[in-house]
Amino acid sequence: MNTIILRTASNYLLPLLLLFSVFILLRGHYLPGGGFVGGLVAAIAFVLHAFANGLDNTRTLLRIHPGYFMPLGLALSFLSGLAPILRTGRPFMSGLWFDGPLPAIGLIGSPLFFDIGVYFVVIGASLTIIFTITENA
Amino acid sequence: MTTTGQFLFAPLLFQFFLAVLLLFLWRRTDLQRWASIFGNLTGLGLASVLFLRVWRGGALSVQAGGWEAPFGITLVADMFSATLVLLTSAIGLAVAIYSAASVQELRLRLGYFPILQFLLMGLAGAFLAGDIFNLYVWFEIIIISSFVLITIGGERLQLEGAVKYFTINILASVIFLTAIAILYGLTGTLNLADLAVKAKDIDNQALFSVSALMFFAGFGIKSAVFPLYFWLPASYHAPPAAVSAVFAGLLTKVGVYALIRIFSLVFTADPFIYEFMGWIAILTLFTGGVGALVQNNIRRVFSFFIVCHIGFMIAGLAIFSRPALAGAVFYMAHDIVVKANLFLLAGLIFKIRHTNSMKKLGGLYAEYPRLSLLLAVPLFSLVGIPPLSGFWPKVSLVLAGLEGRHFLLVGAMLLASFLTLIIIARLWAEVFWKNGQAPEIKPNAGYFPDMEPKRRALLVAPIAMLALASLYIGFAAEHLQLLSERIASELSDPASYIRAVLP
Repeated sequence: MNTIILRTASNYLLPLLLLFSVFILLRGHYLPGGGFVGGLVAAIAFVLHAFANGLDNTRTLLRIHPGYFMPLGLALSFLSGLAPILRTGRPFMSGLWFDGPLPAIGLIGSPLFFDIGVYFVVIGASLTIIFTITENA
Repeated sequence: MTTTGQFLFAPLLFQFFLAVLLLFLWRRTDLQRWASIFGNLTGLGLASVLFLRVWRGGALSVQAGGWEAPFGITLVADMFSATLVLLTSAIGLAVAIYSAASVQELRLRLGYFPILQFLLMGLAGAFLAGDIFNLYVWFEIIIISSFVLITIGGERLQLEGAVKYFTINILASVIFLTAIAILYGLTGTLNLADLAVKAKDIDNQALFSVSALMFFAGFGIKSAVFPLYFWLPASYHAPPAAVSAVFAGLLTKVGVYALIRIFSLVFTADPFIYEFMGWIAILTLFTGGVGALVQNNIRRVFSFFIVCHIGFMIAGLAIFSRPALAGAVFYMAHDIVVKANLFLLAGLIFKIRHTNSMKKLGGLYAEYPRLSLLLAVPLFSLVGIPPLSGFWPKVSLVLAGLEGRHFLLVGAMLLASFLTLIIIARLWAEVFWKNGQAPEIKPNAGYFPDMEPKRRALLVAPIAMLALASLYIGFAAEHLQLLSERIASELSDPASYIRAVLP
């Protein structure tokens, strides 16, 4: 799809969608949202960019192969689950919370890092799948 | 909550850690080989420590996130689970070593080792899961990773096998999930220990039995019992030998584990279901044995043996007395080691002769006498020639069957043993004793005769390791008997399991 409207729009939509995906990610602990949905929205942002500007341009924009987001996210989630064992001796995946909520974000704890991990895994998995299919099509 | 329970996470989390590490090494297949071997060695160490702790101190349990049972995600290791986790890690190590030498570079580049590790994690998770929905989730992890392992490489034969495998297993999962939903509707809980407590005062016994039958159908398909076993011989010969070995050793056994767990803990009241299981066991023993009789490809012969010998474990569960359960558990331990080894052996024979057809094979004994002697160990352990490992659990099972007056079941077990004997004797004569010529092998095609010694050692070492384990099971049968009797007494009196989970 090589239309000038889409190409111009996608340049503005990419940062907006990414910002929106982070918003959904942060909103997710008590309200609808979270790492999975946020990750999908972020993946859509890149897919849209790839549709408008071609796969190669999106690749250069990403710099690393999207597959690497998967182990990165898994490692982050793993560490967020491991943290309570190491710090307090409580079971795997117990919530560890910092004191006092931050403005606009709220209370930060290990579940947030778990969610960020999910966010990256979802981006990595969806982009790897879609890029591979696009390549072979 | 004691802090010792925390250790339960160690084998599971280590598998996960290793899988992520291997993902980071995506392009470095040389490093992946070594990371996988040493990682699985560590995993085996952790599983042994868990086993020893449970052996000394009794069942352990821990609640993920600290949410108390029955609401949280519970992990439990009683003797049964700990034994199976130990066996899983042992098979994992053997297969990691074997894969390092045998799996093609093409497959390694597509992420073979990380997926294998996820599969091993799923297996350990299923054995440790303390609530039934989590059991389902672990089953899904197992199916997804095993599906990737079957298809990886994308050969025509593999894809054909994968379609059969996946369709029927997804069907089994759906039945399993529906059964969970019914059970949850009846009791309002998913925790196995809590279910065991609440199962006694369910009003709607008819629906309860329906859900029991659905569990039996779901797990039965996954463990390949009659009549829905045909997917197994149709798919297990397709992937590389190392993958088939994990599948043969562990995947069907997970189904059997779940059956034994659920039908000793939750559904114990209904005699009809055990009667039904007995008939299924008889038919499984018979059809599996007869199916193996007519096969020519040795991997397909072994695939039918998997089906046939699942019948022994189901028979033990169907008799449902303490000695029968001990026999079933003993048989399971023996079977895991031997079946995995058989597929490694088939892979080795393929590397030597470039065929798995019994008709074309021959003369292996003349060419490799010492190796043949090693390969004889798993083959004849499978038959159960005393004092090799298959003999002792069969004795327990037959005695328990006679005691419970299940004469037809005993007859079926003896017939299946006899069929196994005939087939293995024929296989031995065809593959090892018959005159045969080494095939014309193109030089540098990567077959056994022109491999460098280090790679040969990596191929033979896991077979020798598992053969030693079978010999240990056979010659030190009293250790295993002691262990399986303890497991059986824990299974037939679930109070200790319930106490370990619910404070």
